[in-house]
Amino acid sequence: MDPLRQSPSPSSSRASSPRTLSCERLGYVGIEAVLDQLKIKAMKMGFEFNIMVVGQSGLGKSTMVNTLFKSKIWKSTMPGLRVPMPQTLQLHSVTHVIEENGVKLKLTVTDTPGFGDQINNDKCWDPILGYINEQYERYLQEEILITRQRHIPDTRVHCCIYFVPPTGHCLRPLDLEFLQRLCRAVNVVPVIARADSLTIEEREAFRHRIQDDLKTHSIEVYPQKSFDEDVNDKILNNKIRERIPFAVVGADREHMVNGRCVLGRKTKWGIIEVENMAHCEFPLLRDLLIRSHLQDLKDITHNVHYENYRIIRLKESHALPQGPGWVNLAPAPPPAPTGTRASPGPAKMCRWAEDNSDEDF
Amino acid sequence: MEAEANSGSPEDSWAFIQRPGEGCRTVPLAGHVGFDSLPDQLVNKSVSQGFCFNILCVGETGLGKSTLMDTLFNTKFEGEPATHTQPGVQLRSNTYDLQESNVGLKLTIVSTVGFGDQINKEDSYKPIVEFIDAQFEAYLQEELKIRRVLHTYHDSRIHACLYFIAPTGHSLKSLDLVTMKKLDSKVNIIPIIAKSDAISKSELTKFKIKITSELVNNGVQIYQFPTDDESVAEINGTMNAHLPFAVIGSTEELKIGNKMMKARQYPWGTVQVENEAHCDFVKLREMLIRVNMEDLREQTHSRHYELYRRCKLEEMGFKDTDPDSKPFSLQETYEAKRNEFLGELQKKEEEMRQMFVQRVKEKEAELKEAEKELHEKFDRLKKLHQDEKKKLEDKKKSLDDEVNAFKQRKTAAELLQSQGSQAGGSQTLKRDKEKKNFF
Repeated sequence: MDPLRQSPSPSSSRASSPRTLSCERLGYVGIEAVLDQLKIKAMKMGFEFNIMVVGQSGLGKSTMVNTLFKSKIWKSTMPGLRVPMPQTLQLHSVTHVIEENGVKLKLTVTDTPGFGDQINNDKCWDPILGYINEQYERYLQEEILITRQRHIPDTRVHCCIYFVPPTGHCLRPLDLEFLQRLCRAVNVVPVIARADSLTIEEREAFRHRIQDDLKTHSIEVYPQKSFDEDVNDKILNNKIRERIPFAVVGADREHMVNGRCVLGRKTKWGIIEVENMAHCEFPLLRDLLIRSHLQDLKDITHNVHYENYRIIRLKESHALPQGPGWVNLAPAPPPAPTGTRASPGPAKMCRWAEDNSDEDF
Repeated sequence: MEAEANSGSPEDSWAFIQRPGEGCRTVPLAGHVGFDSLPDQLVNKSVSQGFCFNILCVGETGLGKSTLMDTLFNTKFEGEPATHTQPGVQLRSNTYDLQESNVGLKLTIVSTVGFGDQINKEDSYKPIVEFIDAQFEAYLQEELKIRRVLHTYHDSRIHACLYFIAPTGHSLKSLDLVTMKKLDSKVNIIPIIAKSDAISKSELTKFKIKITSELVNNGVQIYQFPTDDESVAEINGTMNAHLPFAVIGSTEELKIGNKMMKARQYPWGTVQVENEAHCDFVKLREMLIRVNMEDLREQTHSRHYELYRRCKLEEMGFKDTDPDSKPFSLQETYEAKRNEFLGELQKKEEEMRQMFVQRVKEKEAELKEAEKELHEKFDRLKKLHQDEKKKLEDKKKSLDDEVNAFKQRKTAAELLQSQGSQAGGSQTLKRDKEKKNFF
């Protein structure tokens, strides 16, 4: 039983305005039990999470995803055995269901091989934006139906991890362009990839330069300042914002260190432990993404980014001229509408499971 | 730490996770990832947003609706008891913010006022149905807006309707049946027998059976506590059998034994509210608040609200057509309707304008007529005036003539007179006489 609290006098003001009443003067009502009911319902329904990793090839995206979710979501490609580099940007999505302690999570990871790999990388963000908008479009379609499903399947990208190559200097023009466009449509978390090539001081300097760059170009990465709800949130998020972008190292091999089995990269000069805060900031990234802010990521995607998309979409339909078949819906227009179908030829979105890896799992 | 790979059976219980035609694999986890904190994250978010729960109490005046609410939530909600002289059924709604440990609940209690008091009760259910529909409508409007804020929207849809049945001991009144039939597709109905300390135990069982059979015979769908989730299936199942709950409400505390309890004291004994042997109040509180509050809210949203939305949109003329022909049908038909409406508006405007022009013309014509008339009158008067003047002038002339003639004669006569006076005296007498006779 909860301790009885001193209740303020309930008969204070007019009945029409809500008043705060403490209902414990005479006993325990049991409103708290609704929290358990929520939990049970949520666990029964399961959770969904969609994540996208963007970055040039060789930055360790697949390895990072595997490390984050501690399972072989992807078979990380080894250099040398690699399939020849795709000539155009393609998006690959894999969906897995993982369960931990009764909590089922349907995880969808979208990879973007070929991003930034060409000589001319102009508009290489278009397919990505097109994919993101297409997911929003799908959700919007479902929401608009007359007879809608009880639970609309959520394929919207909740988080986009952007891998910044560890040059040590500052953000490149490609990075800036991409970040600027994407931050308006999705939650972006930039990380410094392959951070084991930077010393701690270089890392800090790089980080500060990146933060300055982001500020100069008014790029709001997750956690966005403008969505802080209250003071506690602000404090917590400020701490996170100080450390963004995280310098991470990914590894999916285990090694023995001091008798413990840890995930790490073994080099001639030592073993870089992934989960060791002194070595890299992977635990911070994992905590942010999974342990503390997962629900927040989903909420911001649903309440802010999706709503923005919806507003644009609905306003557009008003402006379009009428006539038979006047709404062409398939891919939604990119931020700078070209007037034609938004996903240009090179973009392809397909469900792809690596053909040589199925038998391993 | 080690999580198993589930393959096969449990997946049919997460119906949504499996999309047809998709190969969704479960992968084993090699360590503790940490997303088992997800339900807690979700719950924390909900706690910070707060919950909202809306109860509608339908029942005749004097059945103890306000008292029961006070007892359920352990507080004294404001409000004076209603009189029996209301001309029609009205709904009184009050919102309260309750706080228990760290959970904030925005509770709205809506009560009918004057239900069952009128002589002609045919339309008694209408205000209630209209109120419920109005809440759905408000939510629908918010959902259809272009710029909407659904996550901070204060949900005013009714989540549970407690229907108070008078403790006659015989059967349901026809007013009850009619009202419940109208409400069952719009809201979750939980029938309760009010003031059940007026019925004895044996009569109560018979009464409950009678009520349940009447409800079933008339096809009234009352809310069934959900039995699909194992953790609550058992308790909900047993509770379903106890419907309708026989409750007593009381906010007075009496010392019974050595504890203070809510009770009602009679000369022949004391009825304890929280004693399960005396009444079903505890069961009602369990079911309504502690076990099924979330389910009530979900049913309202996913069943009743969706039904309302579907009917309303179909009524407005929207249709879901095949995905390949016209996907964005809602928006398109909305546009079409909008233009239609605008067209109608324009037509009306035209009509009005034309009418206006016509009226103006008519009025102008009238005015012209009047003007003409006035002119004519003026002319006529002028003419008259002139005639008069002429006549007067003529008269004046004739008068002048006469005066002149007279003057002439006068002078003539004077002349003659002066001549006569020179001629002879006697003649003057005559002349004087003549003169006098002349005058």
